[in-house]
Amino acid sequence: MEQTERRVISVIVMNEASVLSRIAGLFSGRGYNIESLTVAPIPDSKYSRLTIVTSGSVRVIEQITKQLHKLIPVLKVYEHADLVETEMALVKIPMSESLGDIEALTHAYNGRIVNVGSDTMIVTVSDEPSRINHFLEAIKRFHPKEIVRSGSVALER
Amino acid sequence: MQISGAQMVIEALIAEEVEVVFGYPGGAIMNVYDEIYKQRSFQHILTRHEQAAVHAAEGYAKASGKVGVAMITSGPGFTNGVTGLADAYMDSIPLVLISGQVPMSLIGTDAFQEIDAVGISRPCTKHNYLVTDAADLPRILKEAFYIARTGRPGPVHVDIPKDVTAQIATFDYSKEVDLETYKPTTKGNTRQIKKAIEAIAGSKRPLLYIGGGVINSNAAELVREFSKMTQIPAVETFMARGTLRYDDPLLISMLGMHGSYAANMAMSETDMVIALGARFDDRVTGKLSEFAKNAQIIHVDIDPASVSKLVHAHYPIVGDVKNVVEQMIPLAKEQIDPARYTQWHNTIANFNKLHPLSYKEEGDRLKPQWVVERIGQLLGDDANISTDVGQHQMWTAQFYPFTRPRQWVSSGGLGTMGFGFPAALGVKRADMERVSINITGDGSILMNIQELMTAVEFKLPVINVILNNNFLGMVRQWQTLFYDKRHSQTDLSIQPDFVKLADAFGGVGYRVTTKEEFDAALKDAIEKNVVAIIDVAVNRFENVLPMVPAGGSLFNMMLEYKEK
Repeated sequence: MEQTERRVISVIVMNEASVLSRIAGLFSGRGYNIESLTVAPIPDSKYSRLTIVTSGSVRVIEQITKQLHKLIPVLKVYEHADLVETEMALVKIPMSESLGDIEALTHAYNGRIVNVGSDTMIVTVSDEPSRINHFLEAIKRFHPKEIVRSGSVALER
Repeated sequence: MQISGAQMVIEALIAEEVEVVFGYPGGAIMNVYDEIYKQRSFQHILTRHEQAAVHAAEGYAKASGKVGVAMITSGPGFTNGVTGLADAYMDSIPLVLISGQVPMSLIGTDAFQEIDAVGISRPCTKHNYLVTDAADLPRILKEAFYIARTGRPGPVHVDIPKDVTAQIATFDYSKEVDLETYKPTTKGNTRQIKKAIEAIAGSKRPLLYIGGGVINSNAAELVREFSKMTQIPAVETFMARGTLRYDDPLLISMLGMHGSYAANMAMSETDMVIALGARFDDRVTGKLSEFAKNAQIIHVDIDPASVSKLVHAHYPIVGDVKNVVEQMIPLAKEQIDPARYTQWHNTIANFNKLHPLSYKEEGDRLKPQWVVERIGQLLGDDANISTDVGQHQMWTAQFYPFTRPRQWVSSGGLGTMGFGFPAALGVKRADMERVSINITGDGSILMNIQELMTAVEFKLPVINVILNNNFLGMVRQWQTLFYDKRHSQTDLSIQPDFVKLADAFGGVGYRVTTKEEFDAALKDAIEKNVVAIIDVAVNRFENVLPMVPAGGSLFNMMLEYKEK
C-alpha cells in the first residue's frame, strides 16, 4: 500500500453558481476523501477560495490537483507544503460548570467566552487544527453540549 | 440585434456553421423548435429516441471532425440523452447538447417534466450550463462550442429554461471567447521533447502506442510520417484504428484485452513506450504492475490529468499530439537511426508468426470473423464502419482492414450497446459518398432499432450487418470461460424476424446463411440504397480470441479455448 498523508489544497474558482457542486461531485465521483472544506468569496474579486483538507497517496493527491484544475471554472490549485493553517471551533457548555476554569483553558488556546446565557455559555477558539484537537479533548471535562468546527483555512508562508 | 433566446440558439448555430442538428422536440424546447421551423440554414434530423439523437451527433462528430449538435427537451427527453453524453465524455467526442428546461419560476418545484439536468450531466460532460438570462446565451453558446472542440474534446451541455428562450435580449456573437480559467496547453515543452527524442535514440526496442487522441487531433498523417522515418513499430488502441493503414509493415495490430499476441508481447518487451494520445485504459494495460515493465514511458497527451494517472511517465509531455509530433519530427530525423531496430523488427515478426490473429473455418455456419473480413475485401476504404458493443465489435476491430482515420466509429470507453446504428446515421450524414456500415449483434441492434424510421425518412441508407449468434455473445463468452458455462440470461433464441422488421419500416432485409448469400445481400443493399438489415447467422459459440482475462498480464494471453 502506498502511504497516505493529510494534505491541504487551496482552489481559486470563479464565483459562480454550481462551482461547489462541481468540486464536491469530483471528490465523491472519483472516490477522494474530504476531511474538511471551507469556501468564501475573495474580497474585491470575482473569485472564491476553497480550502480542502484531504488525504491520499502522493499519486492520488497529484490526481486530485490535476482533476480540480481540469474543471472549467477553476483558476488555480495550490497544494500546500509550508503553510499557516487555522481552524475555529465553537463550544456550548452548561452554566453549571466552573466559569473560571473554562476561561483559563480557553485563554490558553487563544480563545474567549463569546456568549453567556442563563443555561449555557459559548466559547470560541481559533488555532492550528492539531491544537483545536487538544482543546476539544481538554474541554470534555466541562461536559460540552455541542461542538462546531469550521474546517481549516490556510495560506502559504 | 434584439431577439428571443430561441432565435439566439438558431443564430448561434448558424454562426458556428452547423449543417445538421439531431434532435427530438418536447414541451420545454418548443420555442426553439418553432424557430427551427422558420429557418433553412441547417437540417434537423428527427431521430426516434433522444438517446439516438445524441449518438447520431457523436457519429457525425467522429466522422467529420466537427462539433456534433443534438437538441432535446427537459425531463425524460434529457435523461434519455444522458447515455450519449456519458459516451461522448468517455471517448472525448466534441458535442454540444442543448436541452429545454422548465421555466425559471418552476425550477425546484417538481414541475411537469422537470429534472435537475445540469446536476445529472455534471459528471458526464466536460462542462455544462444552466442559462438563467437570455443576455448570457450568446456568450454561453460560443463558450460551449469552444470548450467542446478545444483541449481534450468533449461534450458540453446547455440547459435552457423555457422562459429564457422566450426572453428578448441583445445578440452579439462577435466577441472572442476569453476564458480566464480555461487555457489548454497545446504546444509541447521543447526541452522535454528534446529529452524524449534523445531517449528514443538510445533505446533498442521502442514502440509507438497510438491512442484515440491522434485521431481527434488529426495527427494521423504526422504519426505515419514519424513511424516511417524512424522505423519504430506501432500498436494501436481500439480507439486509434485507422491511424496507420492495416497493411503498414510497421503496424503490429491492436493491443489490449483482445489485441493480437504480437502487439501485447511487443508492449511487454519494449524498452521505450511512446504513448501518443492514449490513456492507459484498463482494457489496454491488463495488470498494471506488469504493464510494459521493462520500459521507460514517454506520454504525450493534451490532458495533464491523463499523464501519469495510471502508469508513471518518465517523459511527460503535455500538448496537442499533432503539435508535439510536428515538433518531434525534425529532431527525430537528426537523431534516430532507423537501421537501429532491425533486431526488434525480427522479434516482432516472430511474435506475429507464432500466433497471428486468425480463426478457423469449420462446419456449415459462417464465421463472424469471415463476415468482417469479407466486408473489408468488398468495400475496404469505401466504407465507414460503426459498431455496437460486444463480440462483433472486437472482431471488427481485429479483422477490418482500416485504411484511414475517422473510418472507424465505435463506443470504446463507455461500451454503449445501441450506439452503432444511430452513430452510423451520423457518419452517413457526414460522409454521403461512402457506404456506412454498422456491424452489430443480435443483442445490440434492438437497443436502437427504432432508428430504421429515421434512416428511411432522411434517406440515410445505413447497412446494418447483424452477426447473429442468438446470444449476448460477449457475456456468454465470459460465462463460458469464467462462470462454468452458466449462461444466465444471455440466450437470445427468441428473436424478431429482422427481414420483416426492416421491411415494416420501409427498409430492406436479408437473411443470410452462406457466403454467396452474404455477397449478394451486401451488393443488393448497396444498389437499393435504402436502410438495410443483413441478418447473418453465424457460429453460435465462437469466442473472441486471443484474450487477456480481466486483471491479467498482457503477456499471459488465452490463445485458444478447447471445449471441456
